Amino acid sequence: MATKTTSLPPTRSLFTVLSLFGASDDKGRPIRKLPVRTLWSNWIIALVQLSILVTIVAGWELGATFGLIDKFFWSQPSAIFKTGVIFFTEGDAFTDIAFTFRSTLFGFFLGTTSGALLGMSFWWSRNYARIVQPYVICLESMPKLALAPLIIMVFGMGLASKVAIATALTLVVSTLTAWSGVQAVDRDQEKLFYSLGASRFQVFSKLIIPACIPWIISILRVNIGLALTGAIVGEFVSSQHGLGRTIIYAGQTYEIALVWVAVFVLSALSMVMYAAVAWLETVLRKGINQ
Amino acid sequence: MTARPKLVLENVSMTFQSDGKPFTALAPVDLEIPAGKFISLIGPSGCGKSTIFNIVAGLQPPSTGRVLIDGEDATGLIGRVGYMLQKDLLLPWRNVLDNVALGMEIRGVSMKEARARAMPLLERYGLGGFEYRYPGSLSGGMRQRAALLRTLLVDQDVVLLDEPFGALDAQTKSRMQEWLLQLFNDFGRTVVFVTHDVEEAVFLSDEIYVMASRPGRVIEKLPVDLPRPRDRAIVSTPRFVAMKKYCLDLLHMAEPADDLAA
Ligand SMILES: Nc1ncnc2c1ncn2[C@@H]1O[C@H](COP(=O)(O)OP(=O)(O)O)[C@@H](O)[C@H]1O
Ligand SMILES: [Mg+2]
Repeated sequence: MATKTTSLPPTRSLFTVLSLFGASDDKGRPIRKLPVRTLWSNWIIALVQLSILVTIVAGWELGATFGLIDKFFWSQPSAIFKTGVIFFTEGDAFTDIAFTFRSTLFGFFLGTTSGALLGMSFWWSRNYARIVQPYVICLESMPKLALAPLIIMVFGMGLASKVAIATALTLVVSTLTAWSGVQAVDRDQEKLFYSLGASRFQVFSKLIIPACIPWIISILRVNIGLALTGAIVGEFVSSQHGLGRTIIYAGQTYEIALVWVAVFVLSALSMVMYAAVAWLETVLRKGINQ
Repeated sequence: MTARPKLVLENVSMTFQSDGKPFTALAPVDLEIPAGKFISLIGPSGCGKSTIFNIVAGLQPPSTGRVLIDGEDATGLIGRVGYMLQKDLLLPWRNVLDNVALGMEIRGVSMKEARARAMPLLERYGLGGFEYRYPGSLSGGMRQRAALLRTLLVDQDVVLLDEPFGALDAQTKSRMQEWLLQLFNDFGRTVVFVTHDVEEAVFLSDEIYVMASRPGRVIEKLPVDLPRPRDRAIVSTPRFVAMKKYCLDLLHMAEPADDLAA
């Protein structure tokens, strides 16, 4: 075999070697079947996912019971469940949820709309845009969460400061996205409007705004997450209500089960808001046919 | 020659600054376009055809010269002519009806009224059944029809069409040409049409201006004395063929040798 391969031209010898491992045609080229990917049915996937979850929860519970996991630091599922029931029946669950929900929503709304307006306003004057943009870029690169203590001092311990932080987080992204939308408008499209005799205001309202709307819609999902982060960080720093405040408070008093409860509730809240925004997005997209 | 020309370009030229050096896109051009005629500009790409249109539409101030419409100075005035740019530029978020109505809407006609005026024309000019479709789902020919109707519905006597059929396949193109002749008959506008398809220019026009590049300029004005209404069969008549050959020869002569190599 070895003498045979050396007698072949170098390019073919490689395939001859390969042919030892698989089929090849009479010219020495390897022949393979197209790789087939089989998909498991949905219920098998769900079953596997569920069993992973059950294994984790059961392992945690048993591990804590038999001392393999430190209950003091990690708590355990049964204790978390009990604390959860108490949190919802006797505790401040609904006040806290409502507080966090409201600051997130206000911040989301304020930040997205004012950012979108600011970004689109750059269309009006090149000079104005050139003056203001460096500041926006600076704000973008600044870690805005680091300003949280300052914002709390200015806006107080109540809702306003949480809304302000959530707004600060969403505003800059929205501005930059809307500005990208403005820049993506075809210059010839503007030319068409002017050739029809349009005023600046008509170009803005009938071309620039509609052209930017898909861009603004695309930022909604990111913004809801950012707004929630802003609201929670505000509550971490200083607050009397909210899920973030509950987490910090429980952590400081070593009520680890309550920390978990608040984290789970927060995740649920986040998922609900995300789903709502995703739904809003599809509705809006259908509304503008894009 | 008693009738006053509809559109006049007097000594219009355009010089751009590119990399600090002046670049003459258009050497001084004089045109006199009579009312109600179909005029074509043909020439190699880059000879300044779109530049002329931008100047006439008031979107670009010329370096020298002026534009007269009905004898009045219209240099730098927008909205005095209907202008269809090289792309259809339909708004993707508006359906066909609202796209066609855009020009009227911008002129302050209420949306309801604009739609009411556009509706019968869509029906009449081959867009019936497409009123509520969005541009994204239309064929190239349909998009051009919508863009052209939008241009015609702004009610200006002069209509500039910049290579409206340049991107269409041959069959659609010839159907669109006949469709355009029908519109031309019905609306009685003065049409200035840009193309680099010689056959198209001869088939459609009353007069052809042949242009050359470097610098962009008009090298010849040819009257096309073929009878109207024109039928597709005319393209194989000796007169048509001779006319077409003459135009092609002019274009070949005008074309610099290095362009042929490219
Ligand atoms: N805004 C501009 N700045 C610099 N050069 C331009 C500009 N617009 C057009 N040109 C140049 O002018 C020439 C004529 O352009 P155009 O009128 O678009 O040609 P055509 O429509 O005949 O193909 C081209 O060489 C083009 O590069
Ligand atoms: Mg052009």
